[in-house]
Amino acid sequence: MGQLFLGLINGSFYAVLSLGLAVIFGLLNIINFAHGALYMMGAFIGWMLLNYAGIGYWPALILSPLIVGGFGILLERTMLSRLYHLDHLYGLLLTFGLALIIQGLFRNYYGISGMSYQIPAALSGGQNLGFMFLPNYRAWVVLASVVVCFGTWFMIERTRLGAYLRAATENPVLVGAFGINVPLMITLTYGFGVALAAFAGVLAAPIYSVNPNMGADLIIVVFAVVVIGGMGSIMGAILTGFGLGLVEGLARVFYPEGSAVVIFVIMAIVLMIKPEGLFGRAV
Amino acid sequence: MTDPASPSGEALLVVAGLEGWYGESHVLHGIDFDVREGEVVTLLGRNGAGKTSTLLAIMGILSKRKGSVRFRGDETIALQPRQIARLGIALCPEERGIFSSLNVEENLMLPPQIQEGGLSVERIFELFPNLKERLRSQGTKLSGGEQQMLAIARILRTGAKMLLLDEPTEGLAPVIVQQIGHTIEALKAEGFTIVLVEQNFRFAAAVADRHYVVDQGRVVDMIPNSELEANIDKLHAYLGV
Repeated sequence: MGQLFLGLINGSFYAVLSLGLAVIFGLLNIINFAHGALYMMGAFIGWMLLNYAGIGYWPALILSPLIVGGFGILLERTMLSRLYHLDHLYGLLLTFGLALIIQGLFRNYYGISGMSYQIPAALSGGQNLGFMFLPNYRAWVVLASVVVCFGTWFMIERTRLGAYLRAATENPVLVGAFGINVPLMITLTYGFGVALAAFAGVLAAPIYSVNPNMGADLIIVVFAVVVIGGMGSIMGAILTGFGLGLVEGLARVFYPEGSAVVIFVIMAIVLMIKPEGLFGRAV
Repeated sequence: MTDPASPSGEALLVVAGLEGWYGESHVLHGIDFDVREGEVVTLLGRNGAGKTSTLLAIMGILSKRKGSVRFRGDETIALQPRQIARLGIALCPEERGIFSSLNVEENLMLPPQIQEGGLSVERIFELFPNLKERLRSQGTKLSGGEQQMLAIARILRTGAKMLLLDEPTEGLAPVIVQQIGHTIEALKAEGFTIVLVEQNFRFAAAVADRHYVVDQGRVVDMIPNSELEANIDKLHAYLGV
């Protein structure tokens, strides 16, 4: 049971990160390889806010995504926006390069040993549920991820702003001809997707050590999650993220040696049977 | 082209020497025409003559354009499509452009209101009663005729008074074509100004005030609807029918 719950925690991060990737890919047509680095940056900015400015966890949970989102907007305006008319590959290469630069800079200043970040006082301790011990902070991570994921889903699938976004994903030229500022929408979407990564980073800071490689380690799995779920679907990204976290947890119970590769095995099977992904639309 | 029937002082839209490109390919070579407030004007011509391109160029969608497009006296040639839309020009594209990830209601409500004076949703449902019953359906699950109605309906809400309709009758059953004809008459009565691209010559004759003939990226003639019968042979020669 404990392992399953641990799987759900990992799944929370997979879900929030693959959701951001799916939102960005939908509108920008860019496979954002910098997503892991920006997640790491989110965690680091949380740490810096605390250690350099004395700003605690709760404000950091808002501030860090805002800062990283602003940084993302800068990247989009100055670099990514020049690539939209080109093949996916160029966006992937550029964001991959950006990821290496960002990680390299942090490694240069902070080394690779990792920093610790205290669990906020309000969420320390845990509950004994009888069959398992539930740390409060981990419960909060799952809850916060679920709320953020479904909030994002609701915004995209059920609101007017989301309708603009979906329409612009299908036919940006026509949406522009209706008088909507599509380039601005694209910029804000990238900022939002990246802010989601930073939010996940702050959530992760008290659980995993804050180190420059934390994103690089995670993003490989997240890309496997995205391949399995398919790029096109918001709900698909969320469900696949949580689901695969659980599958990983199950693997840890029944066949611990396989838990590190189970997601990649599933990815290979999905690619053979349904190459567009479980929830994806054919490209 | 100087046109005695429409002194340009009264014209709502004046297109002069308009050239346009898709990428490298030069498709418009000097389009001249004007549209007065409250008029329905058609662009007639063979396939590939440049009718659709003319509408896209007015809307600012072609990759490059040159010449002059003045709307209510303001030059729009250097503006972005979204800025042109904000002046009060709305496009109903040939492929209809219904969004499959939006339901009918979301499609209908998508274009933002840019001015006062658009049709109310109630009035739109009077014109297109079919849409009211299908609000929750996925946009692209509608029949071709319903999709066309939706594509027209959604630009009526916005307050834009200048409509560019690209082949609204293409591929539709005669009874639906008739319904769209009635709609265009109703819109004219409401004070809309319409530029209509049409292949269906009989449909065009039933609804329009004047016809411009487009050939090889140029406007080659203008025929008032009242003189259509007298010019029918000439027109057949232009259209190659």
